[in-house]
Amino acid sequence: MDKLARLAISEEGFIFDPVSGNSFTTNKTGLFNLKALKEGKGEEEIVQALTEKYETTKEGAEKDVTDFIEQLRYYRLI
Amino acid sequence: MKESYEKPVILKLQMGLMNKFGASYLKRTRTEIDGVPVNKLIEEFGSPLFVFSEKRLRRKYKEIYNAFATRYPNVQFSWSYKTNYLNAICAILQQEGEIAEGVSEFEYEKARRLGIEGRDIIFNGPYKPSHILEKAIREQAIINIDHFEEIYDLEEIADKLGQKVKVGIRLNMDTGITPQWSRFGFNLETGQALDAVKRIAYSKKLILNGLHCHIGTFILEPRAYAQEVEKMVKFAYQIEDEFGFKIEYLDIGGGFPSQNRLKGIYLPPELAVPSIEEFAEAICDTLLRSLRPNDFPELILETGRVIVDEAGYLISTVHAAKRLPDGTKAYVIDAGVNLLFTSFWYKFNIELDREVQGVFEPCVIYGPLCMNIDVIDEHTQLPPLPRGTRLIISPVGAYNVTQWMQFISYRPFVVLINSEGKIEVIREAETLEDVVRKEKLPARLKLVQ
Ligand SMILES: Cc1ncc(COP(=O)(O)O)c(C=O)c1O
Repeated sequence: MDKLARLAISEEGFIFDPVSGNSFTTNKTGLFNLKALKEGKGEEEIVQALTEKYETTKEGAEKDVTDFIEQLRYYRLI
Repeated sequence: MKESYEKPVILKLQMGLMNKFGASYLKRTRTEIDGVPVNKLIEEFGSPLFVFSEKRLRRKYKEIYNAFATRYPNVQFSWSYKTNYLNAICAILQQEGEIAEGVSEFEYEKARRLGIEGRDIIFNGPYKPSHILEKAIREQAIINIDHFEEIYDLEEIADKLGQKVKVGIRLNMDTGITPQWSRFGFNLETGQALDAVKRIAYSKKLILNGLHCHIGTFILEPRAYAQEVEKMVKFAYQIEDEFGFKIEYLDIGGGFPSQNRLKGIYLPPELAVPSIEEFAEAICDTLLRSLRPNDFPELILETGRVIVDEAGYLISTVHAAKRLPDGTKAYVIDAGVNLLFTSFWYKFNIELDREVQGVFEPCVIYGPLCMNIDVIDEHTQLPPLPRGTRLIISPVGAYNVTQWMQFISYRPFVVLINSEGKIEVIREAETLEDVVRKEKLPARLKLVQ
């Protein structure tokens, strides 16, 4: 997760990776997930937190979190 | 209450394609700005109406600041007041970390009135009368000298105050672009800038500690900045080595283009305008390559239009449609060049507040002024617009609410949509009383007793 630690993340969802020089944009739930991952939270904890904060089901959130982590992997952010 | 959910996504921003995420040029209807319905805005404040998005403004600033701050360790942005000096806009950017940049007594006073300390104001420009120059020095403002007369003025003030005064000088130079802004500051290539340094060193009344340059505006070529920076660093070291002054800041001015379309450039801005990353890279790479080890003078940027342009919209209303003798369709709207000064060089993005059915046809959009020059768009394609259709014109955040004029009508409300989506008035609409308040009618000319 130390790759995540180096990211500059703004409250507006703008993300900058100072090592690769790449920039990314994310939405509010993406930002929520990123922050949680940065804090070292696991997938289950994040799913739980998402369902508490947002109008979503456990099943839906699980799929989305997995998919989000896949996206991070694809961009080599984790 | 739980918040509404959306699937979390992350997208990579492509160089030069960044603005695709705004995609405003591809979309022709806009019913809201930051979630606030266009109709509601007009119902409350009338048409025309300037609308600023705080969210966009802050996001843009952060994006641009990050582009530089992640590439160079000592970066400071300085808000170019002339670009937009509405208090609310200046205050937002000050909150974000900008200092102020003014080019006149008025701008200097306005920044001070807002609560900016003198030491956080950069004072530029070719016309700084002695009294305001002296005030700025007493308040420890950062002064960039424009010409030899100003050096003499400053020496006099230094004598009067009995202290040495820190100053910077403005340079102009060839960076491979035209037009070359050669009327401001001292020319580098002819040796004029060196003469200025010699004069400052010789009189021993001033301390030269900075270099300033502003190569132009809406610059589409990152390499021009690379040249600017390279020449400034080289000159800074020449000054340090030959005269013993330490150059503490390099102020490279503004000039980055916004996502607007210059008249005469047919490529959409997505393709014509380089990304801020490209500018930041050209500038910071050149800096790091040219500077001596462990020397990181402050890099100051006076970036104006690229920060605020896209945060501003003007909502206006179709007042009439007519047919010109050559068959062209023409619309008269309630906002003209009196409000949109930048229409002289920009072809704006024009969106409609509703879906309009019908065949697109070539048309021209006129403002309400009874003047031939009052044209907002000479040639665009639109479906047949009913009277009352709202046009949302953008980007208009830069240079309009400073260069607008009170000509045969009133300047309208300016509102801000804050980060919570609430509407805040940041400038009231003018009234007849506002306009005539300063007039004096000699008693002998009074019509009513
Ligand atoms: C000295 C100076 N700094 C900064 C600016 C801001 O330029 P821009 O809006 O092109 O970034 C200007 C604009 O003319 C200027 O004259």
